Amino acid sequence: MSSLLAQLLGPDPVITDGAWGTQLQALGLPAGLCPDGWNLTHPDLVRQVAQSYVDAGSKVILTNTFRSNRITLTAHGLADRVLEINRAGVEISRGAAGSRAKVFASIGPTGKMLMMGEVSEEEVFNAFVEQSSALAAADALVIETMSDLEEARIAVRAAKTVGLPVVASMVFDSGKNKDRTMMGATPEEVAEALTEAGADVIGANCGLGMEGYIPVAQRLRMATPLPIWIKPNAGLPELVDGHIVYRTTPAEFARQAEALRTAGVAFVGGCCGTSPEFIHALQKVLRP
Amino acid sequence: MEDLKKMYDAILTGNFKAAREITQQALDAGVDPQVLVQEQMIPAMGEVGRRYEANEYFVPELLISARAMKASLELIRPLLAARGAEPAGRVVIGTVKGDLHDIGKNLVAAMLEGAGFEVIDLGVDVTPEKFITALNERHAGLVAMSALLTTTMNSMKTTVDAIAAAGVRNKVKIMIGGAPVTQKYADEIGADGYSSNANAAVALARKLSAA
Repeated sequence: MSSLLAQLLGPDPVITDGAWGTQLQALGLPAGLCPDGWNLTHPDLVRQVAQSYVDAGSKVILTNTFRSNRITLTAHGLADRVLEINRAGVEISRGAAGSRAKVFASIGPTGKMLMMGEVSEEEVFNAFVEQSSALAAADALVIETMSDLEEARIAVRAAKTVGLPVVASMVFDSGKNKDRTMMGATPEEVAEALTEAGADVIGANCGLGMEGYIPVAQRLRMATPLPIWIKPNAGLPELVDGHIVYRTTPAEFARQAEALRTAGVAFVGGCCGTSPEFIHALQKVLRP
Repeated sequence: MEDLKKMYDAILTGNFKAAREITQQALDAGVDPQVLVQEQMIPAMGEVGRRYEANEYFVPELLISARAMKASLELIRPLLAARGAEPAGRVVIGTVKGDLHDIGKNLVAAMLEGAGFEVIDLGVDVTPEKFITALNERHAGLVAMSALLTTTMNSMKTTVDAIAAAGVRNKVKIMIGGAPVTQKYADEIGADGYSSNANAAVALARKLSAA
């Protein structure tokens, strides 16, 4: 285990952070605009989100770089800013974290499907190597919200070239029992493949609420000796008058998180629909 | 040709090389392409859909079967066209204005192609004007719109309204889909249908085309 992980991990789960996109929108990020671009144009507001999580008790915060691989930024017309946006993302989170939290830099999917031939493995690998290198000033890298195990494996291999610990986290939201990735992989298949690809932490995020991720966490835990990372949504989204609403309250979310502790999960945070209030509630329940 | 059942298996297992070879052999042997399509390929795709709904198949299996269908239909379609047979339907598809996500849209496009539809893919961030121009120029009877974000979903309504304003609403059926989209939303904006996945989208497109 890397020294960073050894230092972080104890008997209780490490509290990570919650959603960023919705928080940025609350601060005025226009709909449809690439949030990552704000690292350059509105660093103070991005910093405000990072700070709100540190203040709420996050011991690990991510970065506003989820879409900052070359393939995705090209679609947003920001291809020439890849390095700057990633570097600024780490700097902003680092500034907010100070010595109170570690910075795990976020790497999301390319948004293209390998098996449809929309991108080649080499293009995906190169894009993730480029992004990972630009994030090298972080404490660790988090490959998150992956739906395709193949893309996740390529991302892990690419991220490992930097030498930082790598978290690899996938979305489980498909199949009868909502325990498969979109491409049909089970928690066991994911754990095995990503452990073999060299990940240091394996996890699940987005797609399901706390309830859905408790059994997934237990299965991941059984399938790999590596620490487990879980960031569920605030329940399942409902559409009310054209707005997405998440019904789970911070207190319910935190109460359900007890089961993640019991399952031996190492890192707990939130994804879509969560906010600093959720992190504060997790902190109170899991690290009183 | 003695064993057309092989065609069924090629589609079911997504073996596009076999699908193409068997199609060519069957056509060389004088098999009626319509028989091949109706008796083997469409039932095979139906079984693929059933397995998907039953969680035996997932997206990769859907995609390779759709690809095998497409490979075979590429050989068959010119023959059918020469007889004056029309495709299952003509669909203009795109991700709406402001939204750059294309995985869902591409899955639906692939499945529709596999089902014998002629698909005109306008890509992502498609303005209402682009949809209308394509509808008019290509005489498509169906529009399929996708959005992943709640913030861009409203472009679906704008597009439906623009199609009505352009005076072509009665010539097309409109179907929508994407993570935040629901049947309720489809009803609210006056779309003709909604489907929650790429397999269901094919059944919906067939239903709307027949209506």
